[in-house]
Amino acid sequence: MKLRAGTCRSPRFTRRRFWWAAIASSVALVAVGVTFTARGEGGEPRYFAITHARVVPVAGPPIENGTVVVAKGLIQAVGASVTIPPEAWVIDGKGLTVYPGLIDAGTTVGISDDGTDGKGKPAGVVLGPEGRPGTSPWRVVADEIKTDDKRIETWRSAGFTTTLTVPEGGILPGQAAVLNLAGDRAGDYVVRVYASVPISFKPVGGFFGFPDSLMGTIAYVRQVYDDTAWYSQAEPAYESNPAKYERPSYDRTEVVMSEAEKRSEIVMLPANNSQQLLRALKLANEWKIRAVLYGGQQAYEVADALASAKMPVLVNLKWPERGKDADPEGEQTLRELRFRDRAPGTPAALVKAGVKFGFYSGGLSGPKDIMKSAKKAIDAGLSPDAALRAFTADSADILGLGDRMGSIVPGKIANLVVTDGDIFNEKTKVKHVFVDGRWFEIHEEETPPDKGGDKKPGDEEAVKAGRYAGVEGVGR
Amino acid sequence: MKRVLLIAIVFIFAGMGAWPASAQNPSTIFIQNATIFTVTQGNIEHGGILIRDGKIAAVGKDLKAPDGVAVIDATGQYVIPGIIDCHSHIAVDGSVNEGGPAVSSMANIADVLNPEDISIYDDLAGGVTSANILHGSANPIGGQTIVIKLRWGKPASALPFEGALPGIKFALGENPKRSGFTPPPGIPPRYPATRLGVEEVIRQAFIEATEYKKQWDDYNARRAAGEQGLVAPRRNEQLQPLVEVMEGKRYVHSHCYRADEILMLMRVAKEFGFKVRTFQHVLEGYKIADEIAASGAGGSTFSDWWGYKVEAYDAIPYNAALMTERGVVVSINSDDAQEARQLNQEAAKSMKYGGMTANDALKMITINPAIQLGIDKRVGSIEVGKDADLVIYNHDPLSVYAVAQQTLIDGQVYFDRQKDLAGRAALEKEKQDLLAKEKKAAEEKKDEDKKAGDKAGAKPDAKKKPDPKKKPPQDANGSASAVAGGAL
Repeated sequence: MKLRAGTCRSPRFTRRRFWWAAIASSVALVAVGVTFTARGEGGEPRYFAITHARVVPVAGPPIENGTVVVAKGLIQAVGASVTIPPEAWVIDGKGLTVYPGLIDAGTTVGISDDGTDGKGKPAGVVLGPEGRPGTSPWRVVADEIKTDDKRIETWRSAGFTTTLTVPEGGILPGQAAVLNLAGDRAGDYVVRVYASVPISFKPVGGFFGFPDSLMGTIAYVRQVYDDTAWYSQAEPAYESNPAKYERPSYDRTEVVMSEAEKRSEIVMLPANNSQQLLRALKLANEWKIRAVLYGGQQAYEVADALASAKMPVLVNLKWPERGKDADPEGEQTLRELRFRDRAPGTPAALVKAGVKFGFYSGGLSGPKDIMKSAKKAIDAGLSPDAALRAFTADSADILGLGDRMGSIVPGKIANLVVTDGDIFNEKTKVKHVFVDGRWFEIHEEETPPDKGGDKKPGDEEAVKAGRYAGVEGVGR
Repeated sequence: MKRVLLIAIVFIFAGMGAWPASAQNPSTIFIQNATIFTVTQGNIEHGGILIRDGKIAAVGKDLKAPDGVAVIDATGQYVIPGIIDCHSHIAVDGSVNEGGPAVSSMANIADVLNPEDISIYDDLAGGVTSANILHGSANPIGGQTIVIKLRWGKPASALPFEGALPGIKFALGENPKRSGFTPPPGIPPRYPATRLGVEEVIRQAFIEATEYKKQWDDYNARRAAGEQGLVAPRRNEQLQPLVEVMEGKRYVHSHCYRADEILMLMRVAKEFGFKVRTFQHVLEGYKIADEIAASGAGGSTFSDWWGYKVEAYDAIPYNAALMTERGVVVSINSDDAQEARQLNQEAAKSMKYGGMTANDALKMITINPAIQLGIDKRVGSIEVGKDADLVIYNHDPLSVYAVAQQTLIDGQVYFDRQKDLAGRAALEKEKQDLLAKEKKAAEEKKDEDKKAGDKAGAKPDAKKKPDPKKKPPQDANGSASAVAGGAL
C-alpha cells in the first residue's frame, strides 16, 4: 500500500486518523463478531488515482497499465495516459485489476434480514380484494435503511458496491431502492428511492382469508391494476371539474400505484420456472407494465420467448439444490433433477438468445456464495465477460441507471472494486473498494496493525478474531 | 401406489423430451382396418379413417390409404372419438380453490394452466383428449373455468380449446357452506353456513352484477351518443364474469348433489335471466330429471360413487341411465386425475346399471360432454370435418380389457403406448445418471468444506504447527471457528 502525499493535506495525519477509526470500530465490532479491518474507511480524501493497474471498464476493452482518477464521488478520467490531479491520493495499482463495482440486483441487505418492516401482519382476515391483502406499496425501502446492518460491510468488502434492496412480506410489499453501500447517513446510500415495485404471487390468505391460491393472487393484482387505471382517470377528472364528478374515495394503494406508474417505475414480477416465465410475459403484456422478471432459473427453456418480448431478467444465483433435510429415500422427479442440473446454464442460454439479465443473491448467505454461484454459471458456458456485465452494466441498465453506474467511464459514479486478479477466480482477493468515491481498503489476510501507538493489549487478538469471522462470511 | 408414482415420474418428460410425439407428425395419416365406433353414425368394421391437417377427411369401410401417407395399422383394434372429461382439475398450478371469499369469481383457471402437470399425460394414456378444467367447490360462486385439449408438451398458451366458451364454477351444498371447516380462534367462519345462505350469496352476487352491468351499459350508451369527458366505471374482476353469464357469454357449471338445491339454482337462474349449462355430480338428478331436461341443462355425473357423505346418501348408480331416459344430456365425469384414465369403464357401468346400450354409454364420454361444453361441432364423434381427436384401443373400449394404444389430438399422436414403453429405459437411465452426478457433487463439496474447515481451524494460531488430524478448536476464546460458526 503506497500513498503519495498530495499537496493539500498531511497524509500522515489522515492516515493516523484512519487507524484510530479502524481500531475503534474493530473493537466495537468484535463483540458481535464482525469483520474486516480497513485503513480506507470511506471518509476523506475525495481525490484518488489508481495507477499502473489493469482496468476493465466493461464499456470498452480492458486497459493494461491504466489509470483511473476519482474525484468527488465520480470517475473523472480513465485511460493509459491521463493526468493525475495534484490533490489526488495515488494508489499504486501494479498487479491489480480495477472493475466497476458489482451490483446485487435483489437482496434485503441494508434493511431487516427478512425484508419486512418488522411490524408484522395486520390482525384479522381479509376476505376480498377490497381488504387489500398483503399490500403496502407505500413502504419505501429508502426510508428503512439500517446502516448498522452487518451485511453492508460484508457485501461491500467483497466488491459489491450497489444493491437493489427489495422489501418482502406480502403481494405488494413496498418499493425497492437502489443503494450504494456506504455513507455517513442513511440518505447517502440512496441512489434511487423509487427503483421498483416488486410483486409476489405467494398467496397471503392462509386457509381462511383471501387470496389463498395462486390464481386468486393473480386475480387480486389484476384488480389492483384495474383500480389504479380507474383512479388515474377519475382523480384528474374530479380535480378539473369537482362540480361534475363524484369525488373518488381515497385509497392509498391506488394513489401510490398510480404515482409509480406515472414514473414508469419498474415492476418486478416473480417467475422462476419456464411456465411462470411465460405466464409473467403474458401478464406484463396484459397489465401494460414496465416489467422485469426475477427468478429466471429455468429460462434456458424459454429464452427465445423472453428475447422476442425484450424482457429483462434478474437471475437468482441461489441455484436450486436438493433440500438439505430432504428425505434421502424421497422420490426425485426427472424434471426436478434436470432443473437442478441445468439451472446454472441459464445465463449462457440468455446470452445466446440475446436476453438482457442481471444477477441477484436471492437467499445466498454472502458474497462468497454469490461468486461461487456465478462461477457455476461460467462453468456451464457463460463467458466471464458476460458474467461481469450481468453484475455491472447490464444490471445498471435494467434498473434504468446505466447513465450513472455499471462501467468505468468518466462521469459515472465512482463505484470500483480493485482486486489482485480475475474477479471470478476463487483465490482472488479484493484489495480496495470505492463506493461513491469513498475509499475502503480491504484486508482479508493477516496484516499486523501499524506499530504506532497507544493500542491496548488484546486489541490485536480481537481484531484477528473479528477478521476471521469476516472471512467466513458472517452474514444473514 | 408407489408403482404408479414411479411410472408417473418416468413419464414426466415422455412427451416433451427426445421424442416429442406431438411435433413431428405427418399432416396426413391413415388409420386402417379398424373397428370404428363413430358414436353418431354407427359402427364400422374393418374401416379406415383419413386424417388431413388435423381434421377427419374421410371415414368408411372401403377407404384405401392414399399413396405415401403414414399408415397406422389398427387391425383387430378399436377407434373411438377422443374422450371428453366434463369435470377435471388437472393442469392447474397452485390450489384449485380460491377459498377466501364466498364469491371467488375473480380467480381464473386460465391464469394458472400448467402444461407440465403429469396428469395431462396420464389422462392422455387413458384416452382423454379434452377436459373441462374447473375451479374447486369451496364457494357458492367459484372461479372461472376453461376447456382444454390435452396437448402434452405444448406450452400453456396452446392448451385452451379454441373457440370454446369459458365457464364459471358454482357450488351448492356442504362444500360451499364449509361444513367441517373450523377456523382457528379469532377468525370468524366464512358466511354462508347453510344452504339458505348459499342461495342468498348467489342472489346477492347477481344483484350486484346487475347493478354493475347497468353502470357499464349506461356508460357505453352515453359514450356511443358522443358525450365527452366521461369517467368509465371501475372494472370489477369479481362481477365481470357474472355479467358474462347473464349475457350468455360464459357457461355455468354447478357442483350439486341434492334435488332441492338443484331446483333452487334453477329458480335463481330464471330470476336473473341466465341458464345453468351443466349440473355437475347432480347425484339426485334422477329425482328431478324432467325439470333438468326442461331447463335445458346437462347433467354430468359419477357412475357409481355414493354414500361418502350425508348429501350423497341418495345417490344411485342408475342416475345416468334414468336422467338419459328422461331426455337429459348426460355425461360421466372423473373429478379426479386418476379416474379420468378409465372413463371408458366408468361409462360402461351404466350398461350394467340401467341397461344402457353400448353406444349410449359411449356417448356419455364423447358427444354428450361435447354438447354440454358447446364444442360438439368440433369433437365428440368420428365424422368428416371434425377434429381428428381419436383413441385406439386394443379391445372393445367398453370392456375391462381395453387399454389405449394411441391417442391423437388434431391428428397428432400425443400418446403412443409402444413408444412410451420403449422410451422408459432411456429416461430411467438419465434419471440415475443425474442422481449419481448430484451425489458425486455433494461428496466433493463435503470434502471441500472439510478442507476449508481444517484450514480455518489452523488459522487463529499461526505459530502452532497445524495438526491436520486435529479438529478446529471448539472453545469460544477467540477461536475463529467458534466465532464464525456460532449463533450469530
